[in-house]
Amino acid sequence: MRAGFTLCAAALTAVLAIAMPASGAEAPKRGGTLTFMIPADAPPSFDGHQEGTFAMLHATAPFYSTLTRVNPENPSSTTDFVCDLCTDMPQPADDGRTYTFKLRDGVKFHDGTPLTSADVKASWESIIHPQEGVLSPRESYYMMVDKVEAPDPATVVFRLKFATTTFLPALADPFTFVYQKEKLEKDPHWYEKNILGSGPFKFVTYETGQSITGVRNPDYHHPGLPYLDGFTGIYAAKQATRLDAIRSDRAAAEFRGLPPSARDELKAALGDKITVQESDWNCGSLVTPNHAKKPFDDVRVRRALTLAVDRWHGVPALSKVADMHTVGGIVFPASPLAATKDELQQLAGFWPDIEKSRAEARRLLKEAGAEGLSFELLNRNVDQPYKYVGTWLVDEWSKVGLKATQRVQPTGPWTDAMRRGDFEVVLQANCRAVPNPILDVQPYLPSSVFTANYGNFEDKDEVALYGKMLHETDPAHQRALMREFEKHSIDTQAHEIWVSWWYRTVPHRSYLKGWKISPSHFINQDLATVWLDR
Amino acid sequence: MTIEIAPTSATVPVLVDERGRTPHGLWGVAATFFRRQPVGAIGLVLVLIFGLAGIFAEWVAPYNPTSNDFAAMTEAPSWAHWLGTDQLGRDLLSRILYGARTAFIVGMTSALVGGFSGLVIGVASAYFGGRLDLWLQRVLDIVMAFPLIIMALAVVSIFGTGIQNVIVAITIPLIPRCARIVRSSALAIREVPYVDAARALGYGHTRIIMRHMVPNVMGPFLVIITAFVGQAILAEAALSYLGLGVQEPVPAWGLMLQGGAEEYASTAPWIAIFPGLAIMLTVFGINLFGDALRDILDPKLRER
Repeated sequence: MRAGFTLCAAALTAVLAIAMPASGAEAPKRGGTLTFMIPADAPPSFDGHQEGTFAMLHATAPFYSTLTRVNPENPSSTTDFVCDLCTDMPQPADDGRTYTFKLRDGVKFHDGTPLTSADVKASWESIIHPQEGVLSPRESYYMMVDKVEAPDPATVVFRLKFATTTFLPALADPFTFVYQKEKLEKDPHWYEKNILGSGPFKFVTYETGQSITGVRNPDYHHPGLPYLDGFTGIYAAKQATRLDAIRSDRAAAEFRGLPPSARDELKAALGDKITVQESDWNCGSLVTPNHAKKPFDDVRVRRALTLAVDRWHGVPALSKVADMHTVGGIVFPASPLAATKDELQQLAGFWPDIEKSRAEARRLLKEAGAEGLSFELLNRNVDQPYKYVGTWLVDEWSKVGLKATQRVQPTGPWTDAMRRGDFEVVLQANCRAVPNPILDVQPYLPSSVFTANYGNFEDKDEVALYGKMLHETDPAHQRALMREFEKHSIDTQAHEIWVSWWYRTVPHRSYLKGWKISPSHFINQDLATVWLDR
Repeated sequence: MTIEIAPTSATVPVLVDERGRTPHGLWGVAATFFRRQPVGAIGLVLVLIFGLAGIFAEWVAPYNPTSNDFAAMTEAPSWAHWLGTDQLGRDLLSRILYGARTAFIVGMTSALVGGFSGLVIGVASAYFGGRLDLWLQRVLDIVMAFPLIIMALAVVSIFGTGIQNVIVAITIPLIPRCARIVRSSALAIREVPYVDAARALGYGHTRIIMRHMVPNVMGPFLVIITAFVGQAILAEAALSYLGLGVQEPVPAWGLMLQGGAEEYASTAPWIAIFPGLAIMLTVFGINLFGDALRDILDPKLRER
């Protein structure tokens, strides 16, 4: 009898264990409207193919689908890619040069029209081969793609010029929204001001620079998703406003990242009602000297700029007040291609002895006739961490006699000034989506390859070195080439001055569930898996 | 024969002691001012404290105001840092002392340039009258239609940030405000008999304006100028707070209220409190002094 009871209890437990979600996982609740903050002003446009800012992406990603994506259940992985519109991740054919994707059945745009391979092909063509007058900042990301084909309505084929490990991560880029072919053909600028996708939410309203709202798409192609009835994104550039909103529960989160002080403040005020997720950030601060302006055409002056900066002491201290965190080279620190500390300390600006480094900077400046040089640092009017980094750099440079002043401008004029070459030295960020080191270092290449490099230089050796690295498939050789490229870019030629990696801290209301942090504030923002536990 | 026309109210003693005597010498004037206008004197003292702090900041500031000290980030007020430090470890007292320099450079320059430009326009407009007056006043109407800070924002947006552009941005909207007040005083003076007499004697416009009109509008003009200094300091702080004034790491009070002051308002409130106090005390001081000056220079108020 007793044995029979035990057996029954064991069987019941086993059944319950199978029926219930995995241990630790909670059953998602349906319904509710998520309100979150977007730490920016109005985005320049809604076109994901043209823009590179979270101000656009956080507002519009919920309306769109992509062909593939980073696994939303495991977004911190740099290799876990899953299908969004496709049915299965394909195995490469033709020696790694052909990828064939089958599309899901019955996917519809929000206006009810079916989504076919023609739409996918047209969308990718607009990214890889943009029409004249249409921007595509990620064009160089897909330099390995020869052509995109749509042999039938449910199949898309990518044919590559050469096999490369960079393709699949690049394909999962969250900005690669699938648009309607008809709209793109009629007007390639249509998506700048309009929203029409096939994502988990349907567009409802947008008040310029104020808010954006969406409602659940009942025809979404992932069964059972999304959990939310809708969402509202509120734009607020001021951090104090965003913190107040979270503190008073008018918003559940902001997904870009807040500085440690904000995290501590919210945690102290709200305790368990706040959950904090943290991650290394595939984003960092980058200084570009304008080679077209004297004396920054002189490599000695550029090297002095990097040699003057004490990263080993400055960055850990600044990490207490700013989004900065890890001293590293040009490769995302968590990647196997990243420089070790020993390798890093061989590079200008990363020497362990800062006094020796600054003495060398002074010597170079003297030799270049640029002692006591006065110049202007163009910076972006964004506190975290631009203004902190800018102010810190000005102080660091003063220690080798350089007199820098700052010109801080809002995002629009700052971008304009860079594009017009109206700057001496500019503080930028290199923020990438899916960590994909070989492609992520493209901003170090001259504008003939990477259009958004504003340094006004040409360097055939650097481009050749990059080409070699891009074509290399052996990880060990790739790593060795990356070291050569790194040394060339930020030391020997000092075309760019890499400052530090950022760190992503996202405090959110604890009732917000189903959202997982990733190393990029661009990834995993379609909100399909997010739910509210209340 | 030349007839020297008697100077006008400019010679009427404006500051007299309790027995109606005119004080002599700087100390005498100061002592009388302190006795007759104690509140204004407090204002003057505040202005002098901050003004002198700005001038002698190199000698009185205990630290380099732009130097980061990562060992002393967001430190509360202590013996080492009397007013504490900001989020980059910079000494707040030193930044406030140097910030006074920025405030007074912008405040004084804008007020003086704006004031004197307004004086010239206002007196010329009143004296010459006719079409010149009509056109000048319409132009001033247009400029005055914009609130000071909006006009300053527009100017900075066009010309860019930086201390020179901030001065230009604040000066432009001050000009019509001064011109309008000066004109109303000058219009009254234009009609008095001694100006007619001067004209009848064939004196040139320059002489009439400089000898007879300008001295008579000096009273209201000085009052306006003091008010303008306060307004300009506030405008500079507002522009810097909005990120459109002077830029980091230049010490400026408005700039000190931006960024870190907001981020650390609850954990390190001194970062926001002391620059705010500096702005408040300076403008308060200027306003008290301006009120006292008005009481002294305005005959109607003086008789009360």
